[in-house]
Amino acid sequence: MISFIGRSAVQKMITLFFVSIVSFLIIHLAPGKPSQVDPMNPKFTPEMVERFRSEFHLDKPLTIQYLYFYRDLFTGRTVSWKDNQSVLLKIWERFLNSLPLFIVGTILTWTLSFPVGIRSALQRGGNFDRSSTFLAYLLISIPGFFFAYVLIIFVVTQFQVPVIGMETFGIGSTSPMTRFMDRIWHLLLPSVLGATAGIAVLSRYVRSQMLEVEGQDYVRTARAKGLPPDQVHYKHALRNALLPFVTMFGLILPGLIGGSVITESIFSWPGMGRMAYEAILARDYPVILTVNFISAVLVLIGTFISDLLYLVVDPRIRL
Amino acid sequence: MTDNDVLLSVSDLRIHFRSDNGLAKAVDGVSFDVGRRETVCIVGESGCGKTVTALSILGLIPIPPGIMAGGSIGFDGIDISSLGEDDLRTIRGNRIGMVFQEPLTSLNPVFTIGDQIGEAILAHEKVPQDEVHTRSVQLLKDVGIPSAESRLQDYPHQLSGGQRQRVMIAMALACHPDMVIADEPTTALDVTVQAQILNLFKELQKKRDMAVLYITHDLGVVANVAERVYIMYAGIGVESGRTAGIFQTPRHPYTQGLLASLPTRSKRGQRLSSIPGSVPNPARKPPGCPFHPRCRYSVETCRTRFPELCDYGDGHLSRCPVLYERRETGGS
Ligand SMILES: Nc1ncnc2c1ncn2[C@@H]1O[C@H](COP(=O)(O)OP(=O)(O)OP(=O)(O)O)[C@@H](O)[C@H]1O
Ligand SMILES: [Mg+2]
Repeated sequence: MISFIGRSAVQKMITLFFVSIVSFLIIHLAPGKPSQVDPMNPKFTPEMVERFRSEFHLDKPLTIQYLYFYRDLFTGRTVSWKDNQSVLLKIWERFLNSLPLFIVGTILTWTLSFPVGIRSALQRGGNFDRSSTFLAYLLISIPGFFFAYVLIIFVVTQFQVPVIGMETFGIGSTSPMTRFMDRIWHLLLPSVLGATAGIAVLSRYVRSQMLEVEGQDYVRTARAKGLPPDQVHYKHALRNALLPFVTMFGLILPGLIGGSVITESIFSWPGMGRMAYEAILARDYPVILTVNFISAVLVLIGTFISDLLYLVVDPRIRL
Repeated sequence: MTDNDVLLSVSDLRIHFRSDNGLAKAVDGVSFDVGRRETVCIVGESGCGKTVTALSILGLIPIPPGIMAGGSIGFDGIDISSLGEDDLRTIRGNRIGMVFQEPLTSLNPVFTIGDQIGEAILAHEKVPQDEVHTRSVQLLKDVGIPSAESRLQDYPHQLSGGQRQRVMIAMALACHPDMVIADEPTTALDVTVQAQILNLFKELQKKRDMAVLYITHDLGVVANVAERVYIMYAGIGVESGRTAGIFQTPRHPYTQGLLASLPTRSKRGQRLSSIPGSVPNPARKPPGCPFHPRCRYSVETCRTRFPELCDYGDGHLSRCPVLYERRETGGS
């Protein structure tokens, strides 16, 4: 066990090292420059461009730049090229904004997909299965942004509630209770929207997984023993059907930092996804690279958690 | 055998499956009886409907795609083919135990052996946990698993194929059933292990006073275990009778072919014969006698008329009128 953790940690560090090199190279070798050092930018004189270049170490070879960047990152000194603010602080603020969206969305996705998928599988071909299949395909095929606008129009016209942003503008002076309810209300639509596609896909996956397991020999054995249907389905079948989802569970971690560009843009939500997107447009290298690095770390931690979980739930896997 | 001694009585069972290329008549007219404490074999080539027959006794055929197209199954005076799920459950594992063909996949990989055996007991009897434990240990000992106590904590993947099949047998015996159905219990195992499992069945049958319905494709094991034999071909019963009678004077060309293809001491050094052709697809069975395309005695009527059962006395029945007539005119 200890050796597994140790080995895994070393492997993941090596992976992380290569990820850092590759992402650094991709960003620096991609066409385009930050506007501050673009010689075509009429706002800046050649002297100013030169000053920026040396300040950002852009005049040094890539290897040196790489070392500078990761030195700054690990000492927490990285600043955004756009506004000279600490990158980690910016990310932290945005992260706090995205977090409620992520948590509510994830909870909705995971708590709804499983009951729906399992019930569809157990009543295969029945009314519930058919309507949930229809709905799932509908939600998968309608583009998210379109669905979002339909939802917004519906909510705004029916309930006269503004749904854009994280809270109603100027609400700061009212009672905490009103503020809280306002927050919740603003949270609802984006997280439901963010979760719908996930629910549609995941419930289908749960259904097919459950159907596959229901056809296994050991489920037949359970029935041949005379076990009641609940025990056959929810003990023997479900326990096996859940195994692959344990792997997925570790992989939701990177979603913490990814955020959703589309949902956040539609609802003017000041979250991580939009920050990263804007940083890419502005070629704000430090922000992009930091977000990239943190998500790589989260992916690796996520896979590590998956491995550990698998170890716990599948007795066939031993170290 | 009087009616009172008959434990299981299957008559004219027909199980069909709806499939993309038509109706597959997997079982299409099979009848057999199993007496109390009797061992009966069902023999037939792969795909002839043995597993489907066995599963239908316990109501384990998935419907749909399966269809119970006819026949009835009586068990100890109850018509179990008309029972609902809840009533069937009181029979499954309790009065009839079942051992499957594939020991490797028939145990649930994520639960311990002890859990799976204990659960078989608890499904039908309300007993305290420590009694479940002692009974599980005893069951494992009965089926010949060494250090039974510690084995209960093992998961299926920690056991060999033969041991897993022993665990399956232990599970089937958990509630002292009146009958055990063993569906090719040795097919997936090594030859040496096969013999051990076969002996285990013989031993348990005697010790526990139970009936055994032993399904196999290997006529070789039949002489070893069964008092009576039913031969199946393409979903129908073609010949049945006492084991000795069938081995001495097989009355159906298919049985004769099967026996001729068995390696025996007297045939040492000779080439083994085999039956030409192969089992028809259950969705595209030939009309008339399903065996006629492979039969060297086939005559014109075999192509069109479904053969009736011919009685040779002493319970020996065969579905080949052609050979039956020859016998009466002294032809054979
Ligand atoms: N669930 C099912 N759906 C459709 N067809 C089926 C189903 N189960 C069995 N069959 C068909 O019924 C026929 C008989 O199958 P069965 O498993 O009873 O053969 P078997 O005699 O047990 O063969 P083997 O010796 O290989 O185990 C096969 O042709 C099979 O394709
Ligand atoms: Mg079979």
